[in-house]
Amino acid sequence: MSETVSIPKLTKDDTKKLDGIFKRYPKNEASLIMVLQDIQDEIHWLHPDALDRTSEELDVPRGRVESVATFYRAFALEPRGKKLVKVCMGTACHVRGAGMLVDEIERQLGVTAGHGMSEDGLFSLETVNCVGACAMAPVVVVDDNYYAEVGTGKLEKIFKQERKS
Amino acid sequence: MSAAKRKAKTFKKPDELIAYADEQMAALGRRKMELRVCAGPGCVARGANKIYDALVREIDANKAALKKKGLEVDTAFKAKCTGCHGLCQAGPVVSFEPSGLFYTRVQEKNVKGIVDKTLLEDETIESLLYHQGHEKGGDIVEHYNDIPFYSLQTRVALQNVGVLDPVSFEDFIAHGGMRGFIKALTQMTPDEVVEEVAESGLRGRGGAGFPTGRKWKGALRVKEDRVWLICNGDEGDPGAFMDRAIMEGDPYAVLEGMLIAAYALGATDGFIYVRHEYPLAVKHLQYAIEHLREIGLLGKNILGRKMDFDLKISRGGGAFVCGESSALMRSLEGKVGEPRAKYVRSVEKGYRDEPTVLNNAETFVCVPRILDKGAHFFASMGSETSKGTKAFSLVGKVKNTGLIEVPMGRTLREIIYDIGGGIMGDRPFKAVQTGGPSGGCLPADKLDLPVDFDTLSRAGAMMGSGGMIVMDDQTCMVDVAKYFVKFLIGESCGKCVPCREGLRQVHTLLEKITSGRGELSDLEKIEKLCHTMEVASLCALGKSAPYPVTSTLQYFKEEYLEHIEEGKCRAGVCKDLIRYEINKDCIGCLLCKKRCPVDAIEGENKKLHVIDQDICIQCGICYDVCPVDTVDIISGGVAVNREDGGAKAKAKAPAKA
Ligand SMILES: Cc1cc2nc3c(=O)[nH]c(=O)nc-3n(C[C@H](O)[C@H](O)[C@H](O)COP(=O)(O)O)c2cc1C
Ligand code: FES
Ligand code: FES
Repeated sequence: MSETVSIPKLTKDDTKKLDGIFKRYPKNEASLIMVLQDIQDEIHWLHPDALDRTSEELDVPRGRVESVATFYRAFALEPRGKKLVKVCMGTACHVRGAGMLVDEIERQLGVTAGHGMSEDGLFSLETVNCVGACAMAPVVVVDDNYYAEVGTGKLEKIFKQERKS
Repeated sequence: MSAAKRKAKTFKKPDELIAYADEQMAALGRRKMELRVCAGPGCVARGANKIYDALVREIDANKAALKKKGLEVDTAFKAKCTGCHGLCQAGPVVSFEPSGLFYTRVQEKNVKGIVDKTLLEDETIESLLYHQGHEKGGDIVEHYNDIPFYSLQTRVALQNVGVLDPVSFEDFIAHGGMRGFIKALTQMTPDEVVEEVAESGLRGRGGAGFPTGRKWKGALRVKEDRVWLICNGDEGDPGAFMDRAIMEGDPYAVLEGMLIAAYALGATDGFIYVRHEYPLAVKHLQYAIEHLREIGLLGKNILGRKMDFDLKISRGGGAFVCGESSALMRSLEGKVGEPRAKYVRSVEKGYRDEPTVLNNAETFVCVPRILDKGAHFFASMGSETSKGTKAFSLVGKVKNTGLIEVPMGRTLREIIYDIGGGIMGDRPFKAVQTGGPSGGCLPADKLDLPVDFDTLSRAGAMMGSGGMIVMDDQTCMVDVAKYFVKFLIGESCGKCVPCREGLRQVHTLLEKITSGRGELSDLEKIEKLCHTMEVASLCALGKSAPYPVTSTLQYFKEEYLEHIEEGKCRAGVCKDLIRYEINKDCIGCLLCKKRCPVDAIEGENKKLHVIDQDICIQCGICYDVCPVDTVDIISGGVAVNREDGGAKAKAKAPAKA
């Protein structure tokens, strides 16, 4: 588990994405959340440089940008692994045993839910509340792949498969 | 999703739209058969999109043969993707109209058979039919209308979810879409519309149950130029997906509801606030908004009348508290979503401190039905104080997990047993949790309570927005209380002390109890803290946060006591209070030994295996993988998975019928 996360520079590609995002919205505070969401979607986390730029472009104090970024769960303030593993912790999944999954995934991948990534940079882990597939609880989602009725016994196979693809 | 080609024609008068609706209805009338592939969240997660694509290819390849049968593709016959059909447990599902033939657990490999046999030869594929209780041996039911899960429902808000292609305006209008709006616009004054909604008895579906008509009347009294209209599609209740199903499956209806409200209230601008985990809902709503703009149903001078209304989608940031109306409005302003005290009324000072009317997505969807069929239609259903029908997501340990809608006042038992088919694996029922993190858990002796806004609140739970989570004997009620408290800690905005600190302390105490270090005095402390939160928190999140705890304490105190006094978790859930042991029936297959991640299992081929308790981390993998069910869960000195006819004994897997 990497404790100190080194911060990569924004790539040229990232900067271009940012340009595009700022073109889309009026330059004021009301756009803040939408802009941050687009950054999250396109760069996958809120890079400090991107936050600086958001503050400038929208003319919102940096502190305010920061507080909004930390308030909403949708935003990641650290870089993420190539694949995002989401464990549903919604009530339906919880009562069907999702609680066991997080510990075991953390152990198997060497990650902490909500922080950092696995040593090989492949996986980050997050818990989410209800992905709407409660009928298949407990649900684990890796990027866009849904896994249904997941018990701890199934995890090894899932990650083996995900490592290959 | 098959994005139907847009018709760029603009409707300049209501009559033109009415004529168009007639055309589309006639076209639908000429359709001989429709095949509906469910593309709701559950079915998509099981691969519904691939099934649909494969079906389209297969149908295309058989166009000529279908035509010969009188099923000309796109006119006499149509295959489409729809929103959630409801019975997610059986997904991916495919249905046929008008016969009502219903296929379950469909896989890509079945597609060829569906076209060759069912479409071309009128043959039913037995292996895809629904079995009662999802179990082999259960009665086979061919048509969905004959499955109690469906036949016992009354669908109003959900009437077209699972029926329509969500991104086809033609389909929407052919099924009666926009009739409510046209009627309001052409035959009623704004006041009459508000009166009609008031008369229907409609109460807000977002959880609090505030009478919608009264809210709207309040807004009419505020004499300001501008009223904002907001649709709350945040749906933060974990385990609930009614609003999602509506926004994804019938997006035009949400917009129609908002159009009617805009007409009635004179609103010119609006928002739909959608939870960020719902990308498909955003996509469908966005499509529908743009389309309505193109055809003159949004924007300036709608249908040539003096009515302007337009709206935007705003994606939520994924904070539960943002579903609360005042926090939502702050979030729309781009700010941190902190609620404010209730005495400020948002119909006077809401979004940007201007008059604002906010309703839940399901509430808005009920409005066109009320206008179309009349207030009486809606008011004739439901209970004394809660009129109409209500959508629920019926989930957890119930056989027919899915999305349902019933008249208010049905009992919990009817919902869970008659519609839901009972408990998975026919295990004992323990509790049902309603109202999400603001609600409570009700025990078996409350099963005959009618479900409406007021009855469940009196029993210490609340109906809430419609999440209904069924729990069996394998659910630990202390753990459930802890789960909700933990959820709320993550979601409390932290602005007020009783909520922020109260939740933390309650969590610490519950943690103490579930880890076996609890004392009797902890229960009193918890009760006190809960009381303080209830009376002193700033917003409804904090005020209602204690309910999951107080309701479990009220109805399941013996479980708390067992944890404290006997160090026993009867459900076998609390890790610190259980250990895994392999019993004498072990066949020595080595499977658990191989799979144990910490090498805690000793054993040789064909010999009894033993778990070294000093090494074991209670991951439960051995329990999960044992092919002959010989791993026991020991708590309080007994195998809790064997007691009482096997609490925690593996439920019969919901057999793939
Ligand atoms: C903590 C909290 C969370 C809420 N979450 C939602 C939600 O996700 N969706 C919703 O429609 N209402 C939610 N509400 C209720 C709203 O504040 C508001 O009452 C409702 O949206 C009004 O619409 P209605 O009258 O049509 O129900 C929440 C309330 C609280 C206190
Ligand atoms: S609770 Fe996990 S998908 Fe709904
Ligand atoms: S998602 Fe297909 S039935 Fe619910």
